[in-house]
Amino acid sequence: MSKDKTMTAEEVVGRLRSGMTLGIGGWGSRRKPMALVRALLRSDLTDLTVVSYGGPDVGLLAAAGKIRKLVTAFATLDSVPLEPHFVAARQRGAFELVELDEAMMMWGLTAAVHRLPFMPIRAGIASDVMTVNPSLRTITSPYADREELVAVPALRLDAALVHLNRADAHGNGQYLGPDPYFDDLFCEAADTAYVSCERIVETSDLLKDAGPQTLLLKRAFVDGVVETPNGAHFTSCAPDHDRDEAFQRHYVAAARDPGAWREFTARFLSGDEDAYQAAVAAFHEEEA
Amino acid sequence: MSGTDTPTTAPAVTRAEYCVLACAEAWRDAGEVLASPMGTVPMIGARLARLTFAPDLLLTDGEALLMGDVPAVGAPPGVVEGWLPYRQHLALVATGRRHVMMGASQLDRHGNQNISCIGDWRRPTRQLLGVRGAPVNTLNNPTSYWVPRHSPRVFVERVDMVCGVGHDRAAAAGPSATRYHRLPGVITDLGVFDFETPDRVMRLRSLHPGVTVEQVREATGFPLAVPEEVPYTRDPTAEELRLIREEIDPRGLRDREVRA
Repeated sequence: MSKDKTMTAEEVVGRLRSGMTLGIGGWGSRRKPMALVRALLRSDLTDLTVVSYGGPDVGLLAAAGKIRKLVTAFATLDSVPLEPHFVAARQRGAFELVELDEAMMMWGLTAAVHRLPFMPIRAGIASDVMTVNPSLRTITSPYADREELVAVPALRLDAALVHLNRADAHGNGQYLGPDPYFDDLFCEAADTAYVSCERIVETSDLLKDAGPQTLLLKRAFVDGVVETPNGAHFTSCAPDHDRDEAFQRHYVAAARDPGAWREFTARFLSGDEDAYQAAVAAFHEEEA
Repeated sequence: MSGTDTPTTAPAVTRAEYCVLACAEAWRDAGEVLASPMGTVPMIGARLARLTFAPDLLLTDGEALLMGDVPAVGAPPGVVEGWLPYRQHLALVATGRRHVMMGASQLDRHGNQNISCIGDWRRPTRQLLGVRGAPVNTLNNPTSYWVPRHSPRVFVERVDMVCGVGHDRAAAAGPSATRYHRLPGVITDLGVFDFETPDRVMRLRSLHPGVTVEQVREATGFPLAVPEEVPYTRDPTAEELRLIREEIDPRGLRDREVRA
């Protein structure tokens, strides 16, 4: 039997270093590894390059001053179009931005997975993605068409953080929602990958109620497994839990005001993950 | 502002309903392709098109499912006919079997679109969503635009960041940019626009009833091409109105995006 890779969120963060390039799975405000992000917030790690289809992961890390460089196509909370901390951080010039098209991101990750230096794509040419990323290069097709395409550089990662519905102790990861997003690409593009999940189950239980195509992550590409129930909160993690819209609204309102944000941080982000989940439960009791 | 041929039994056609109809018309004759509407009014329009003159359209639930039926906006599909997670969606863009209707924070006369940021990109005065999929969309599948509030702040001389590629930029970049580049039109709360001029610049195609050419000109921050005869956006049929009001948008969400 392969080794037991279970660990705590703190142990995951303990394996990361300042200055690393981190890929974060999920999409917008959907199935983000928020418990791992919260553990990052509690650490001294800084100077990170973050690659993400951006949501509150980007917002929280930006607000905490952890990001030196961000690689993304957008940042959104889905039901709230603009991520308030991302907006504020950009407007104060808080980090360097590599703004790519979302298909370019996918092919950059794919190139990294395939150990290729780049992937050709018909995107970016004629847009200002080329202007704001002067290091992007085009390539001319060697065939008769001679088409000029963008060579999206491989987005190789030092580490990937993703959140799934289930995993076993060995790192086989399962998603039960409608979309895998790009979580397997993030893990395979990374030198090390850490998966948090709603529940760790026996390997023999993974396919009790689901088909084999739900097995998204192969253990060969996973270095650590963390059980973090409600760990994607406040983003969605269907079918285990929906997005916590009331809490997200609270987050957005707080993020728009420095005083309110200090209160939010003190109330929700000053303790460990258990304290966070307890504070969220108390928030909902007050709202009820 | 209401249409003149509205049946007397039904309330007059609202501006939002003309917008829905104009959006639906964008997908007429699109064939068996994915309609990707962004915004409430385009979403209602795409569903109206599928229920009437474009029955072969594919529609998503806004996430990864292709809907086998046409539920009201906000309601889940009763029937699922397919699966389209993001990675397949991005790959489908490259096949061209898709017609997207995106929003635009800024749009110029050539059809260059910006949804990324306002001001200097290096440190914007107003950060918006980000470039999203506009570069890949515009070079690969038909891309139309929906602007719920037509104003000189949206229709500008120059966009601050070219996300969606316009005709001039595509032509300057060469054949790999123009090969599948197509901007069928722009729909706003004032009218319908296309790029059917010799130099491919934005031209008024139809006015929503109640709107004047002067009003459109004043709300546009660049000189607009206006033909001698400008028709009105057509009136919805009684059945189209019923579908909009009773089946697709019974809660009246269209009125939140386009005010009367």
